[in-house]
Amino acid sequence: MKRFSWLVFVIFLMGGAWSLAGAYDYPFKDPYLATVISTPSEFQPQLPEKIDYKLLSFKVFPERVVPSVFWYQREFRYSLTYQKGEAPLIFVIAGTGSSFYSANMIFFQKIFYQAGFHVICLPSPTSMNFITTASVTSLPGNIIADAVDLYRVMTMAWEQVKDRIKVSEFYLTGYSLGASEAAFVAKLDEEKRTFNFKKVLMINPAVSLYSSANILDKMLLAALPGGLKDFNDWLNRMLGRFAEVYKEMGYVDLGHDWLYDVYKTINKTQSPKRENLATMIGFAFRISSNNMIFTSDVMTNAGLIVPKNLVLGSADSLYEYFRATSTTTFVDYFDDLLFPYYKAKYPELSQERAIEIDSLHHIEAYLRNSTKIGLMGNEDDLILTSEDLAFLKDVFGSRAKIYPYGGHCGNMSYRENVKHMLNFFKS
Amino acid sequence: MKRTLYLTLFIFLALMAGCATAPVQKEPIIPAKRSVDEYAIPEKQQAFYVYDPWESMNRRIYNFNAVFDEYVFLPVVRAYEFVLPNFAQTGVTNFFNNLNEIQNLMNSLLQGKIVKVFNTIGRIAMNTTVGLGGFIDVATYEGVRRENEDFGQTLGFYGLGPGPYLVLPVAGPYNLRDATGWGVDLIAYNLVMNELYQELAIKGRDKDVANWGLLALFAIDKRHKYSFRYFMTGSPFEYEIVRKFYQVYREFLIEN
Repeated sequence: MKRFSWLVFVIFLMGGAWSLAGAYDYPFKDPYLATVISTPSEFQPQLPEKIDYKLLSFKVFPERVVPSVFWYQREFRYSLTYQKGEAPLIFVIAGTGSSFYSANMIFFQKIFYQAGFHVICLPSPTSMNFITTASVTSLPGNIIADAVDLYRVMTMAWEQVKDRIKVSEFYLTGYSLGASEAAFVAKLDEEKRTFNFKKVLMINPAVSLYSSANILDKMLLAALPGGLKDFNDWLNRMLGRFAEVYKEMGYVDLGHDWLYDVYKTINKTQSPKRENLATMIGFAFRISSNNMIFTSDVMTNAGLIVPKNLVLGSADSLYEYFRATSTTTFVDYFDDLLFPYYKAKYPELSQERAIEIDSLHHIEAYLRNSTKIGLMGNEDDLILTSEDLAFLKDVFGSRAKIYPYGGHCGNMSYRENVKHMLNFFKS
Repeated sequence: MKRTLYLTLFIFLALMAGCATAPVQKEPIIPAKRSVDEYAIPEKQQAFYVYDPWESMNRRIYNFNAVFDEYVFLPVVRAYEFVLPNFAQTGVTNFFNNLNEIQNLMNSLLQGKIVKVFNTIGRIAMNTTVGLGGFIDVATYEGVRRENEDFGQTLGFYGLGPGPYLVLPVAGPYNLRDATGWGVDLIAYNLVMNELYQELAIKGRDKDVANWGLLALFAIDKRHKYSFRYFMTGSPFEYEIVRKFYQVYREFLIEN
């Protein structure tokens, strides 16, 4: 008997050592690769193929007339997935530029639904639908104002669905910019008390919006030594490579698994170049921020890209504005649209102060003392500076779960991360 | 039959008119701070450039398609998905894929792609017999890959450029070359089907019903397979992005 228990003890120890040695097995150790490919489905938890969800919408500002060039943006849109009986409701806020319908959001919808939650997926305040229908200023990027806008639509969405679902308590999460916004929304809720969030999880947040955007703006140029004018050649080179790979693979679907297949195929001859990956990430960000900039410019008639007072029709060509927008960075947007707007309202506001307010530093005290808020991050997150990372570790202390790698949001659908996520909400 | 055609045409025109409201200019226009002349990358050097001389018409049809999708196409597809069990939906997809092999075979032959010719013959033989008239895709299960060839690709293979971009009602993005190719494929398909109808002694009204029924089911199956939703890219430049993506995708297919 005694020998037996020793044996068990030894096995237990070995198991422990083993699990420590293989502590974190997320497949991509390179943060750029992780950010581009994210998590192929073989490394994700088991998920239902399809779940039922409702696409819902409402008018936030009944008086608002959306310009006819955005004729298809009639109402604010979000999705609801619900359980039959009583269950906790979780709100999920999308990352920069994303709708409630993006691949990441569909993933969250599935895991939380599977774990027994009702799920409401919300678009990012930087997304076109949000800017046109739900933002008071139509100038996203000021997290305080964006959180107020978010809180409004969350309250209205709750009004819309509360008769059809039974809710035990409320939770909140978000990734990337959505995570930073979730923190401000949680703080707002402490005053308004509509939801009384039991727990809030921030997944890969930006600490300072300006600084993260600046990093991503510059990333686009990583493989373009001659500047933006080289982008077309670069893209054609990349597409040429993809075409070769396509010959071998025989399909294109732009999903994570497809990218993983592309990576595996390319990797047989040479590993992908870091600067190319960086430019891809920068390109994805540039497209999102361009969408935002053009939409905001038209909505506010600011005359940044589109001539002031010019009325665009639903079938007008937008290509020339697309060309002009594509040379515009997020930082340009901040300097030329967002900051001037607030400067006009508060003449004493300095640019430094505006940048400072637009960060988690602004609510540091709240984050430090609020035990219901947790953080999931990565040591090698590309949008964080080393000071940002140190700040997060210091402020969240034991409530921060920092993984050794995963890049920016690359590992959030990895099995172990998901397990941690669900444990966080359920404990 | 003619009446249906007129009705469709009427609805189409009405919707087009509804989609296109002319903008009213009230106040004086002031040049933009980051003007196109100063800040934009030259038209043809921009990465999203596609030759599109009929853009205005194309955009109107694109908008029409979006409305048609929301109010007609998708509701029908949803009903179809609700009524038919999953295995039957897959069966329908396989059935049309099998019919489509006619096009794959013809165009693989025209391009002298011998491996594809043999693959396709093998697939037709297996799927039409063991696969019960194409409803079960036995061949893929056996590891014989389905090819994707059409007459547009054949024209491209022999060096013909894409020509102007073209958005077709309901069918969506094309270019002049590929739309022409599609027409040729349809003629070939009809010739084969006529043979088949004769063989099965289907004629007159029955043949019309079969033809239109197949066409409707084909369209529904095709929409059912695509997850694309209009204006869900969340980009005000969706038209430009789709246009570029289509062009690149076709290049991939032609090179393959």
